[in-house]
Amino acid sequence: MAAKLSAFREAREEKTRRTSPGSRQQESTAANLDRLIHERTRLAIISALAVNASLTFSELKELLGASDGNLSVHARKLEDAGYIACTKSFSGRVPKTEYRLTANGRRALEKYLNHMEALIQATREH
Amino acid sequence: MMSQPFPVRPPSPVSLDDRARDNIRFIRETMERAGSFTAVPGWGGVALGITALGAATIASRMSRPRDWLLIWLSELAVAIGIAGWTTLSKARRSGSSLLTGPARRFAYSFAPPILAGALLTAVMFRLGPFGAIPGMWLLLYGTAVVTAGAFSIRVVPLMGLCFVVLGAVALFCPWSWGNAFLAAGFGGLHILFGAVIARNYGG
Repeated sequence: MAAKLSAFREAREEKTRRTSPGSRQQESTAANLDRLIHERTRLAIISALAVNASLTFSELKELLGASDGNLSVHARKLEDAGYIACTKSFSGRVPKTEYRLTANGRRALEKYLNHMEALIQATREH
Repeated sequence: MMSQPFPVRPPSPVSLDDRARDNIRFIRETMERAGSFTAVPGWGGVALGITALGAATIASRMSRPRDWLLIWLSELAVAIGIAGWTTLSKARRSGSSLLTGPARRFAYSFAPPILAGALLTAVMFRLGPFGAIPGMWLLLYGTAVVTAGAFSIRVVPLMGLCFVVLGAVALFCPWSWGNAFLAAGFGGLHILFGAVIARNYGG
């Protein structure tokens, strides 16, 4: 992931060189912000899944300190966007919902991180 | 803004900048929390520390190496029982699983040094460099705790490091001090760090 991030960074620096005014970049960064994962609960779901192969509904719930309803609404939004995948199964008689991050979701998180770094960089350049 | 002749600061650069930093910090903290194995049993550590002190007292009275080893091996069995049971109950209490990522990574990096320790114990017992056993145990247990601790709360690798240092010192001290070193490590360090973990990380 570090290699990917640094590759992203280089690409971004290249872009910065071409479009010199920092303010323009900042504007485009703000405009392209991925609203879907900007929201805190959804950002937390994505971040938690980025460091685990998979997490169950109850593990996520405990980790985030979210309510059942809150978590399922946000997870559904991410699932609809194709950022996370969900598998439902039974362990004994207890239904078990497991989430994992998709390649799309991982890319979205990397893009979001780059946006944030670009914002910091843009302010620094002034 | 673009049409102005001089570069002008955007309306709220500081807050935008701060918010970006805050978001990155939030992601990092969530990843840390989500990636750690937290079912480290504090009270379990205290309990097995106390049994280790008992084992050290009994073992110091044994004159034959075979009896000495038997005492410590039975202490090992007791310790595995206590650690297993308290880890399980802490995991159950916090609703986390011992089968997912962090727990598994913890176990995978804990096992190799312990396996090496078991093999070396068998070899040393057969060939006779007996005095090195206490130091070797402390050293390899410490190594296991340090490496596995990378996937856990920060106090865990610190405890491992203390074991490593203690083991290193023990290797260069007289054999007769062996039980004292084992008592200090498996007894003292477990009780000390177990209490810290129990107080700060929920049991």
